Amino acid sequence: MKIEDFPVEVSPVPGAMPVWRGTVDSEQWRDLAQQVRGKGGRLVALWASELSGRDQGFEVHMALTVRSGLVWLALGVPAGQPDFPDVSDIFPAANRMQRAAFDLLGVRASGAEDNRQWLRHAAWPAHASPLRKGFDVVATYPGGVDIYPFVQVRGDGVHEIPVGPVHAGTIESGHFRFSVVGERVLRLEERLGYKHKGIEKRFEALSILDGARLAGRVSGDSTVAYAWAYCMAAEGAAFFTPPERAHWLRALLLERERIANHLGDLGFLANDAGLAFGLAQLSRLKEDMLRLNSALFGHRYLMDAIVPGGVAHDVDGSGVQAMRAQIGALRAEVRGLKGIFDEHPGLQDRFIAAGRVAPELANQLGLCGLAGRASGMSWDLRVQFPATPYDALDVRMATHRNGDVAARVTVRFEEVMESLDLCWVILDRLPRGEVCAELPIPIDSSLGLGWVEGWRGEVLVALEAGPNGSLRRVHPHDPSWQNWPLLEHAVIGNIVPDFPLINKSFNLSYSGVDL
Amino acid sequence: MYQILKKIAETGIVTEPAPGPDESLRVLQQRLEDSVLRRFAGALTIRHVDAGSCNGCELEIHATSNPYHNLEALGIRFVASPRHADMLLVTGPVSRHMETALKRTFDATPEPKLVVAVGDCGCTGGIFGESYASCGRVANVIPVDVAVPGCPPTPVAIMQGILTAISLRKPV
Repeated sequence: MKIEDFPVEVSPVPGAMPVWRGTVDSEQWRDLAQQVRGKGGRLVALWASELSGRDQGFEVHMALTVRSGLVWLALGVPAGQPDFPDVSDIFPAANRMQRAAFDLLGVRASGAEDNRQWLRHAAWPAHASPLRKGFDVVATYPGGVDIYPFVQVRGDGVHEIPVGPVHAGTIESGHFRFSVVGERVLRLEERLGYKHKGIEKRFEALSILDGARLAGRVSGDSTVAYAWAYCMAAEGAAFFTPPERAHWLRALLLERERIANHLGDLGFLANDAGLAFGLAQLSRLKEDMLRLNSALFGHRYLMDAIVPGGVAHDVDGSGVQAMRAQIGALRAEVRGLKGIFDEHPGLQDRFIAAGRVAPELANQLGLCGLAGRASGMSWDLRVQFPATPYDALDVRMATHRNGDVAARVTVRFEEVMESLDLCWVILDRLPRGEVCAELPIPIDSSLGLGWVEGWRGEVLVALEAGPNGSLRRVHPHDPSWQNWPLLEHAVIGNIVPDFPLINKSFNLSYSGVDL
Repeated sequence: MYQILKKIAETGIVTEPAPGPDESLRVLQQRLEDSVLRRFAGALTIRHVDAGSCNGCELEIHATSNPYHNLEALGIRFVASPRHADMLLVTGPVSRHMETALKRTFDATPEPKLVVAVGDCGCTGGIFGESYASCGRVANVIPVDVAVPGCPPTPVAIMQGILTAISLRKPV
């Protein structure tokens, strides 16, 4: 669907990405979701907010892709009856987002089949909605036991394996409930929300400038993507464009983040399949990246390197030289290791056909990011809607159709090589000039939206400014919202010992969705 | 196989010297007797618990095992269960939803045991602080021997924290 054909009035949201916003009524809400879906559009995010002023009611928001960009729809919800029409039958990914909206703001998706709590465990009662303005942020409630009604599988020989929240490896906290017969997984159900630490509420106590630091800590492994998306939103809200050089340096940082994460995950994938050599080699290469990051940009993972108005560090000639040398070394090493991976029968035996998500299912449920690209979803923001400097870089998208662990490994290797090439071109063409300028304070109630293709997938940040440089509402959205439910499908029919491998091939964020 | 062996030979050993203990990281006075600590040194097992981190600290804990830092060469390894562990390495502000799990993990760890809190959030609650959803620093929930600041702390700093916890307190 082109934006000119969009059936309700929408107006452009200022900023680096093609985004339009419109308000709709509850009939249009479902109708438009259906129309967008029919034309091949996807749900990127769904969240709620409270309107400013007491008892004014709420708004639910939906960000949908159309051919021209992103449409941000807002639906007013009255304070007296805070209901909105369910869209989880149209976009299955909406299920958990709608439940989270209820847990945090008390607005309910009417007509939804699944109304179980999602982010709320026992830290606050159902009637207290932490994101309402009247909620006391330091209030504590007597805890209690969180009883979550998992879907039960019955039959001869079926038993459950509960895993987590504390896992056996050094990974994040969450609960997995497996229903198995023997070794074979019949069903996996995830229960997340353990790491909910009140990020969205915390934003509202910060200034628009300080918010960038928190955005960079929504999911630490994607700090660059989040910081960029946040700054894009803040800069849009302020009608401000950062200096040209800052754009290019941001892309350089984003690609370095992508390379480092892919290298680390490829190492762990080899390790989970029994090839410790792969982890030793690839974690060595990742460490090389981190050390150069620290030397040039002041932080190993590039936290706080992107700031509202630009970037915090410029690079000089010797820095460019060091990065070029590293790109050269990495190209040769990664190519060699890919050869070893490809020709290792034991590794391929574990990778091929494990954790398969067929393209049809990926499309139906809205799989995104690198996992999406490994299942035939040819979608990469850097290609679809290239913001500066990607419009000048001509990114080659890595896609695959098999949708198994092997496909996700292949996509990651290809993306590492492509990002190395991109870094090389960026260093060649880095424009001269300032790297940061002062961000003007956006006027009260102005809106901004950031949308960035991080290493895991598309990160979205929606922002509404408050008075005097404050933040009224910030919603950071992680691509893991879309992809976690697909992991449940990917493991069906696989054996339990393959779960760590399949899980790692997605490597989804817990912190990013627990908020 | 030849390619793998060739690569191993070409890479050689890249491990760097380990850091020494740092007295300033101690939170509690030394809890365990010297004789116990002497046994831990050289054969320590660690259970990591993410009590609510942004996952940045996990990246650096992983990095302690890469060939440059090679924590395992010091006789220190990560284990799959608190019941096998001598030390808990805890990251994050403790989310209220992880409070019970963290306490249970602590209780499941056999005595004598040590706790190292990792990262600014583990030390103070960090940018997330204390709220309806967060209990703040790790010491608000379980006793902490050593706290390692940093956002996230470098692998060397984390190793230093671990080594401080199993070192004898230096007389001042």
